[in-house]
Amino acid sequence: MSIRESASPEPIAAPRPWWLVAAVPGVLTFARGPARRGVPWIPIFIITVMVTMALFAPLLAPYSPIDQTLRDKLIPPFWVEGGSMQYILGTDAFGRDILSRLIYGARVSLIVATLALVAGGGVGLMIGIVAGYFGGVIDNALMRLVDAAFTFPAILFALLLAVTMGQGLGTLVLAISLLLWASFARVLRGEVLALKQRDFVALAKVRGCSSLRIMLTHIFPNVLNTFMVLVTLNIGVVIIAEASLSFLGAGIPPPTPTWGLMVSDGRGRIAEAWWVSLIPGIAITLLVLSVNLFGDWLRDRLDPRLRQL
Amino acid sequence: MSDATGDTVLEVRDLKTYFFLRRGIVKAVDGVSFSLRRGEVLGLVGESGCGKSLTALSVMRLLPKGAARTVDGQVLLDGEDILTRTPNEMREIRGRKISMILQDPQTSLNPVFTVGDQLREAISRRTRGRKSEAMREAVEALRRVDISAPEQRIGQFPHQMSGGMKQRVVGAIAISGHPEVLIADEPTTALDVTIQLQYLKLLQRLQQETGMAILFITHDFGVVARMCDRVAVMYAGRIVECGPVAQVFDSPSHPYTQALIASVPKMTGSTERLYTIEGQPPSLMDLPVGCRFAPRCPHAERRCVEAYPASFTVGAEHTADCWRLAAR
Amino acid sequence: MSGGELNGRQQGEPLLRVERLRKYYPFTRGILFAKTLGHVKAVDDVSFTLQAGETLGLVGESGCGKTTTSKLILNLEEPTEGRILLEGQPIHGLSGDALRRYRAQVQAVFQDPWSSLNPRMTIGRTIAESLIVTGWGDRATIGDRVSQLLEQVGLRRDQSTQYPHEFSGGQRQRIALAAALASEPHLIVLDEPVSALDVSIRAQMMNLLKDIQAQTHVAYLLVAHDLATVRHMADYTAVMYLGKIVEYGPTQALFDNVAHPYTKALFSAVLPPHPDRREEEIVLAGEVPSPLNPPSGCRFHTRCPFVMERCPREEPPLIEIRPGHLAACHLHTEAAPASTPSRMH
Repeated sequence: MSIRESASPEPIAAPRPWWLVAAVPGVLTFARGPARRGVPWIPIFIITVMVTMALFAPLLAPYSPIDQTLRDKLIPPFWVEGGSMQYILGTDAFGRDILSRLIYGARVSLIVATLALVAGGGVGLMIGIVAGYFGGVIDNALMRLVDAAFTFPAILFALLLAVTMGQGLGTLVLAISLLLWASFARVLRGEVLALKQRDFVALAKVRGCSSLRIMLTHIFPNVLNTFMVLVTLNIGVVIIAEASLSFLGAGIPPPTPTWGLMVSDGRGRIAEAWWVSLIPGIAITLLVLSVNLFGDWLRDRLDPRLRQL
Repeated sequence: MSDATGDTVLEVRDLKTYFFLRRGIVKAVDGVSFSLRRGEVLGLVGESGCGKSLTALSVMRLLPKGAARTVDGQVLLDGEDILTRTPNEMREIRGRKISMILQDPQTSLNPVFTVGDQLREAISRRTRGRKSEAMREAVEALRRVDISAPEQRIGQFPHQMSGGMKQRVVGAIAISGHPEVLIADEPTTALDVTIQLQYLKLLQRLQQETGMAILFITHDFGVVARMCDRVAVMYAGRIVECGPVAQVFDSPSHPYTQALIASVPKMTGSTERLYTIEGQPPSLMDLPVGCRFAPRCPHAERRCVEAYPASFTVGAEHTADCWRLAAR
Repeated sequence: MSGGELNGRQQGEPLLRVERLRKYYPFTRGILFAKTLGHVKAVDDVSFTLQAGETLGLVGESGCGKTTTSKLILNLEEPTEGRILLEGQPIHGLSGDALRRYRAQVQAVFQDPWSSLNPRMTIGRTIAESLIVTGWGDRATIGDRVSQLLEQVGLRRDQSTQYPHEFSGGQRQRIALAAALASEPHLIVLDEPVSALDVSIRAQMMNLLKDIQAQTHVAYLLVAHDLATVRHMADYTAVMYLGKIVEYGPTQALFDNVAHPYTKALFSAVLPPHPDRREEEIVLAGEVPSPLNPPSGCRFHTRCPFVMERCPREEPPLIEIRPGHLAACHLHTEAAPASTPSRMH
């Protein structure tokens, strides 16, 4: 996303492949066969819509998310008096199209969420496995570290990072990862403790496997299910964290649109231009809710099978 | 499967309990009939998956909700069909007329309550007496199951006790309501051999004192020989042989019973190769029309595959379901 | 049974020699400044030998120390005192190549078929594990060996790509056995290999174990609580109680002439195969004492039906009461000469 000034907004005459938004998720979710009981189709649908938006942002967004057209500022959404189909969801104080910013904002959220989950989850996974497998002094030391991480005020720390390291994607991902790793480590350590009692771990030792090999080939594949569930359950946390940090000014600097930043932008005008804050707010809520419902369902499906094995 | 001669306290007729899964119907208990007389010990023997534990749970009406259901049959306790009772009525019956002890003493006792509390809870449900009264009864109950220093044990938690002692506490709770029928589902499988002997002798003593009937579920023929008056052998959801213990041991008539007895390592005799049964038990979702043991039976004939064998009498109150007995 | 004679096989060093083995676990209280309150004497001065191709049965009830002994032999734990020698070489304190060689020679099959296999690995990969770790050969060679092992335990070659959950309990134990045989070990520790299996499957597994022993001349250390199983499989039997061996001898001789009161009680607790055959039953009084605080003198004296005045004072030594047959009981120390046991050297 580069900063670009343009002369005037493009008219919506140019065809936008809106069908992508419906078709791609539709195919993905329904192509698996007849609908099965209990599967949370609506959350899955919403999630895939948002992922599609993020992936195909340049194709879908009618305008540039950062172009300012001051004469078109604060236009309400089309269904409100004063709005038009030219700007479907209205514009903000700088005349930027809310819909386009929403679509590009999904992209930022997705990138941040993925990076933070990989980094934070990955670190938590490694620490959890090492602590659980070795036990003793190593376990004690690492778990005290985890305790410390829990008691630390994460948001404050994130703000501190933003101030010292400067705002940006890297700082944001680092801050959010620090929030996540501890809970991953703690839960996964518990899993590893239980796993260690299973005979095949002792037998692997008897067959000559080194500790590293056991952790990689025996422990890791068996905690993967739990790890996946943790990832899904934490997506909501990450998105809200990103939104909060952006809202507080510690996230990605403007003019790059993020949903949190968009909510912050509309802060001063809730009364007369409610759509500027509310629409991104609704988007955040919908995504987090869908992800949580999906995560709950995934956990119910994967965990009982874990026990059975 | 004899009819009620003498005083029958529990009669099970054609009991069927199925699991309704998405993949199909699992016919775990598929037409089980037996009767239990007052004061007798009936053994229910079979390997894992034969349906013996589920039979017990069906009789107690303690099936896991949602998955399994008793679809047919009658369970007559003192002549009345308890399958038609309401949940409230069953709550009264359980513990008072019919009681059950399970295999794992770890999970039978609540780890956060003292042994005394759990006993008192069982006792006061029936007597509704004062706390001190229930306390005294609890100590007595522990003494009765040969637990030494019961006044101290009352205040202990389950984890402070050994497996054998826990199982005795479980027994004390089970008989506190003076039931007429006790169902024991593999109560000694998790215990050491010497502890098992102690426990079986205790059960026998209690049974003789109270006159209660016991349905003893086990996979161990040694336990059957030691404890039971009669024995029923189960395979793939049905009873294939039933009769007085000495008769079944002396002349096992169903090929499965014969094979089972032959494949157990003995303390005497040759230590050469053990007899083994080829193959696997049938899938309970996909049961054959004929005899369920036929695919593994060394004596199988055509008629065995075509129709399920009828029940044939091979001795006094001794029956077995095998076509080869038709000639006799 | 291979080489089950009592006399005339003592050629050189035995395959396995266990000398005065002790394993004490400290029992502590407190988190920061843990105070050692005492020790759980799980294994307390155990000695025995095992020749190549033989089976030694280790019998006892829970808490007797047989599982701990097997863990020590498998090098999963370090002994507190004493030593274990495999083909004359001490097995503890090894590292690197020496340890790898040891691991190849001593393998195990455990009790629980549902816990012995990694659910996320194909059984072919599990069986090949000891070969992969030692770099035994390339993929093709290892694959061939896996196929051969599968057939040896009565399964099919094409099943190597399947996962554990597709197999029954009995089949899983066979897979575990195949995995143990992969590195051509000289000794396999069998820790209750059949007790979790159904009665009719046990027979299959026991036959298979004996067949494999006849084919490969592997030695077994069979840990079991079921006397009939031990009778069928073991050449020699050692009975353990609270960390000590109380009786030892060639299986048949021991079974015919049970000497130690605990062994007698154990035998008596084996339920009769027929309702009419009611033997004299010895029911032990009381509970098994805690290994934290074992009774003084003879550890069995608190429950022994034949306890004498001497028993709480003096611990009876393990002495030979008949050629090759040892027992630790004062009932026999009066009669027998205190000679050093011939087999236990």
